[in-house]
Amino acid sequence: MAGSSTSYYFVIIGTKDNPLYEAEFGTFKQGGDGVPKFREEQRHMNQFIAHSSLDCIEDLQWASKEMYLKAVDKFNNTWVSCFLTGGNIKLLLVHDARSDEPIRQFFTDVYDMYCKTLMNPFYEVNMAIRSQIFKAAAKKYL
Amino acid sequence: MNRETSPFRTPSTGASPTPKHASLTASTNLRYSLTRKSIYDRHLNRTKTSELSKSAFAFLFGEMVQHAQKKVYGVQDLEKKLNQHGYAVGQRFLELLLWRDGRTAKRETRILGILQFISHSLYRAIFQKAADTLEKVRENEDEYMISDNDPLVNAYVSVPKEMSQLNCGAFIAGIIEAVLDGHCFPAKVTAHTAPSELWPGRTVFLIKFEPDVLEREALRVGG
Repeated sequence: MAGSSTSYYFVIIGTKDNPLYEAEFGTFKQGGDGVPKFREEQRHMNQFIAHSSLDCIEDLQWASKEMYLKAVDKFNNTWVSCFLTGGNIKLLLVHDARSDEPIRQFFTDVYDMYCKTLMNPFYEVNMAIRSQIFKAAAKKYL
Repeated sequence: MNRETSPFRTPSTGASPTPKHASLTASTNLRYSLTRKSIYDRHLNRTKTSELSKSAFAFLFGEMVQHAQKKVYGVQDLEKKLNQHGYAVGQRFLELLLWRDGRTAKRETRILGILQFISHSLYRAIFQKAADTLEKVRENEDEYMISDNDPLVNAYVSVPKEMSQLNCGAFIAGIIEAVLDGHCFPAKVTAHTAPSELWPGRTVFLIKFEPDVLEREALRVGG
């Protein structure tokens, strides 16, 4: 499933394992238009896959001091990459081809935007995020 | 040298940013620019080195204490309120600090590591000096102390006699608590006045970890 059909499912998980933000998008590389091409049954599977990787992350987070944990879990041909912030917010990306470096850059950008969201005095930790700005980061790197 | 870095200021002023006034008075100042509109367009390092005057901070802090005092029934309640204010600051400041470290940013996974992060990195970022001591309480396995000889928040605070238990350092305690919580080291942090001959305003932040933190730490040493 490589090439132009590559699609991503991105979710931000709060400290209580609650989702804060969710997005699907396709690749922008190789002339992709950024439209997700998940099959209908795959879309809810993505949520399950992301959710099941949380246990893996809880094990891994004590073994490493890195914030970017790279690919933490795999289900069939689907990988889950994770970036764990200092405040224990998990950025998860479900994708179908392993590529650590672009995803790191993507996460770094998202983290930057998450910090900015957090600086807003009207936003509190674990509140849902409605801004669509995070998709812009996808456009740059994925 | 006891000055405030300004990221500290943003959350501590509470929910009353004044973008309209700011953009009216100055075309492009440190905090708001006319050309860029959303909060996402503003670089997070813009205020990294800028400082807030001590008097301005003291004023804001004084107002905050007064505000907190209106809605409480006693010293403990008031300290809790201040703690909550600090907590909100700490949650934000933690992420900001790690973000600024960029690729070298590390999550602390050990008790000692996180305590050192607080007494050095965090303290320096807020107050431009490290905390004065970091000690372990000898009698209790789960308690640690961070002390500050002359906390900035108490510089202009004189506690009335009938509230002698109060230490407004509860605000800093809240910040520390938020950072510990953020790193999954849940703890209770309280501020206590512990004057020494040289430092009459010396404040000790007592950190009491929850039992499961120590349990986890013990497991890590074993495995």
